[in-house]
Amino acid sequence: MDRIPILRMGEFLLVTIQVDMHDQLALALQDDLSERISKTAARGVLIDISALDMVDSFIGRMIGTISAQSRIMDAHTVVVGMQPEVAITLVELGLTLPGVSTALDVERGMKLLRQRVASE
Amino acid sequence: MNVRTHGSMPVRREQDVVLARQAVRKLAVDCGMRLVDQTKMVTAASELARNTVVYGGGGDMDWELLEDGARTGLRLVFRDEGPGIADTALAMTDGWTSGSGLGLGLTGARRLVSEFELDSAPGKGTRVSITRWT
Amino acid sequence: MAELRQRTLDVLGKNQKWLLDEWNRDLSGSGVGNDNRIGKDELGQQTAEFLDLMIRGATQGGGTGIGTAAWGDVRAFLEALSRSRALQGFDSLQTANFIFSIKRPLFALLQRELGDEPALLAEQLWAISEILDSLGMHTVNSFQKSREDVIRRQQEELLELSTPVIKLWDGVLALPMIGTLDSQRTQVVMESLLQRIVETGAEIAIIDITGVPTVDTLVAQHLLKTVTAIRLMGADCIISGVRPQIAQTIVHLGLDLQGIVTKANLADALAMALRRNGLSVVKG
Repeated sequence: MDRIPILRMGEFLLVTIQVDMHDQLALALQDDLSERISKTAARGVLIDISALDMVDSFIGRMIGTISAQSRIMDAHTVVVGMQPEVAITLVELGLTLPGVSTALDVERGMKLLRQRVASE
Repeated sequence: MNVRTHGSMPVRREQDVVLARQAVRKLAVDCGMRLVDQTKMVTAASELARNTVVYGGGGDMDWELLEDGARTGLRLVFRDEGPGIADTALAMTDGWTSGSGLGLGLTGARRLVSEFELDSAPGKGTRVSITRWT
Repeated sequence: MAELRQRTLDVLGKNQKWLLDEWNRDLSGSGVGNDNRIGKDELGQQTAEFLDLMIRGATQGGGTGIGTAAWGDVRAFLEALSRSRALQGFDSLQTANFIFSIKRPLFALLQRELGDEPALLAEQLWAISEILDSLGMHTVNSFQKSREDVIRRQQEELLELSTPVIKLWDGVLALPMIGTLDSQRTQVVMESLLQRIVETGAEIAIIDITGVPTVDTLVAQHLLKTVTAIRLMGADCIISGVRPQIAQTIVHLGLDLQGIVTKANLADALAMALRRNGLSVVKG
């Protein structure tokens, strides 16, 4: 089964989702990430979804779960690059991802992660 | 109201949910929808296709490109022969779920489309029809 | 339809000058000639041209009705006249009156010249009256069409005017909303704001509602959804220009603006946006 690659950049993990994810792939990513966080003692996770043309409740839930799980493991999560039409649709769907940090692009997401880690 | 073209595709396995999304995106583009409306339709289809696979035990998606005067529309019908829903009114409240989901599938999908119809009874399967106009 | 006789046409041709003078005198007497939206010379030109065209139309077209090619020039003249009257702000009554006011001198002329043949006079009066009435109707019709064109164009311009997303500072966008918001328009405006955030990479968007007279539940919900969508994208949003009545309405409707930053005016919102970007304004 194919998996979504997780890149390590210093104390942060970077995930770029570029495929139309089916549900098993999303669940696998969830598991892989928590494992990698514990193994590398990463302080932050950056998820780039700028290539996603839709986020439904399942993917939305996965994002929320990853954020909550990594928080328990002492890592911050930032989701970057959500497209306007995806954001509008998510809000209409009733999913506002409370507790999930967001940034416009990877660069700003990195900056936000560094700030969060530094302020602790 | 005229039906310009129509078709059907199976929604049996989890991979079919992804295929259904891609098919609906293409249909929405053909229908002349704006990007935001395409995305709403694709997302609604994704929710309902997943319901068909997970709760209905698999089924089919019928699609129709509609013409009504100057406007065009896309109608999708998801049908399965699964256990059905006993209380359809309850099923249409936010947060209700028979499985492990968020309970946003049906209600969320309804908020994303212009017309929504749910037809289901225990042992009779489930049929959900959604339509979005340009 | 009654036809205009050759005798009538001859009378018209011979007395064209007299007719025109009488008509102009009537027009200025009724006050139309003193309206400063049309100069006396301009009006004189219009009456002369119309009379000329009408006599020519009547000669060529006879009593066949004004829809024929013979009346083409007259119709075109009246359409142009209606358009300019509509733009000058005249109403339909004043515009149609241009045509109907020629009836008195025209009828007086026929009375004088054809008085010896009462039957013919009655017939010819009827014929010419029919023509003038049709021309009057055509004028009103064209006038209405011109007005509708003006309204449609203004509506389109308004929609364009009402959706400007302005860059206030590096990284700060503003959307000044003006006029009554319906849900369709709000949606279009909000989408263009979100699109601009992606294009410019601005981290703060200010929605200014100073120019919005009232906010109802639906519009308030649209605003809330927009703010939420902007946050999902990773930017932030400030709402400015919340007037006391609107604040009252929002509280009255029981709407929860939790976590949304609101400012009294655009200046305060910009100051806050600059502060967040680590900038400050000092007196030089």
